[in-house]
Amino acid sequence: MLDPKKLKYLKSHEWLDLQGDAGTVGISDHAQKEITDVVFIEPPKLGRKVKQGEACCVVESVKAAFDIYAPVSGEIVAVNADAVKNPALVNAEALGKGWLFKLKASAPGEAAKLMDYPAYEEFLKAEAAHGSH
Amino acid sequence: MSTSAALRRTALYESHKRLGGKIVDFHGWELPVQFESIMREHEATRHRCGLFDVSHMGQVFVTGPDALAFLQKVNANDIARVKPGRAIYSHLPNEQGGVVDDVIISCLAKDRYLVVVNAATADKDFAWFQKHAKGFDAELENKSDQYGMIAVQGPRAADVAGLVAPEAPGLPRFGALERDLCGQRGFITRTGYTGEDGFEFIASNEIVARVWEDLLAKGRSFGAQPCGLGARDTLRLEAGYLLYGQDIDEGLTTYEADYGWVVKLDKGDFIGRDALKKQKAEGIKRKLTGIRLLERGVPRAGAPVMIDGKEAGKLCSATFSPSLRAGIGTGYLDRPDLAPGTKCGVMLHGREIPAEIVKTPFYASPNLKKGA
Repeated sequence: MLDPKKLKYLKSHEWLDLQGDAGTVGISDHAQKEITDVVFIEPPKLGRKVKQGEACCVVESVKAAFDIYAPVSGEIVAVNADAVKNPALVNAEALGKGWLFKLKASAPGEAAKLMDYPAYEEFLKAEAAHGSH
Repeated sequence: MSTSAALRRTALYESHKRLGGKIVDFHGWELPVQFESIMREHEATRHRCGLFDVSHMGQVFVTGPDALAFLQKVNANDIARVKPGRAIYSHLPNEQGGVVDDVIISCLAKDRYLVVVNAATADKDFAWFQKHAKGFDAELENKSDQYGMIAVQGPRAADVAGLVAPEAPGLPRFGALERDLCGQRGFITRTGYTGEDGFEFIASNEIVARVWEDLLAKGRSFGAQPCGLGARDTLRLEAGYLLYGQDIDEGLTTYEADYGWVVKLDKGDFIGRDALKKQKAEGIKRKLTGIRLLERGVPRAGAPVMIDGKEAGKLCSATFSPSLRAGIGTGYLDRPDLAPGTKCGVMLHGREIPAEIVKTPFYASPNLKKGA
């Protein structure tokens, strides 16, 4: 399990763990609770080049389909085959075994635009106050 | 109904909050969509016992010497077949054969019936009944606001219901009984909306929370757990049950919904009989048809169904089926001739996913023998 405090977040609830130019992407624990049981993952193709903010992966829950956006630009270098096979991993461990894909960031500096943990927590509070459902 | 109207809460609302239920607005009612997980609640109901708050459903009592004659007039099914202590599923047709509502009617006595109606249609149904009750010696009472309702569903439902009402397990399928629940008049029917064995408890709002807590506490030993609307929907769709307002409405007929067994044309006159008789003779042009995806993916309501590259209709209900581990759905297709096994496609995210026509119910529980 990754430490949620060390990750960067998107408003669409993806997290990014960036070490140099090596990024790992998943959805937040809040998001997995909200979307409920994940039943399918449509991962991005290996080698695909994505731009920051581009939809590149689909997570389907019993309730609905959710696009997953690339937190930074780069090339897809790995997808989580275990999670594709057993999508419940996303619910069981969103910040660990339930990661979705890895990318090689072409402009790691883009991560500066993302929210850090305190900002994401504030964002969640604001969303809850507006009655997100 | 006004969208600005305050949301209504059932008598079990506080309990749902305490149990961590995720509350949503369901046709104006604040109800839990899930407690723990839709999948786990679905599986609990298929294998053990699920407890559902269905207090949003309405209750209309029909009493008097002409109660049966009145019900025969407004129902497509033959209500004369239900004797005291039995219940029956039926459709209320309009003059065109469209469906005003789908209901379960319990015969409490020769001259007293309980009609359980859908939440969103309760007021409309009652007005419809009043309009057509003229000339009948029958009293109509809409007691939807006075009663709560709990569904106890699953292979262990009889064990769980028996802990609270010892005579419940003795009821036959579609049996109905009237009894005291915590000192007040209540009703228990062996019915449900999950495709499993089960019971529905109808109890006054003052005591329904006590019945609920009792079922929860005593049911734990049988693995009973509270379930939300999410699992209720996946369970009912697997079982091939209609959701009023989504799968049927006043513009669609019982025959088109492939529920022709409900219509008893030979029982005597009733509203919509001529239209239905004509449609039966001429044949239907569209039919509610089940599809199952042959590849990964979750179909959603509104998705087009393709046959030979041409759209044949759209899905009205669709989901991932937890029991079949596959995407399933139903939609009105303009090809009522299609046999199960026919290949088709469903449009998902701009792509046509291979699928096939299947017979409904999608899932027949081994715990519920047909006709039992």
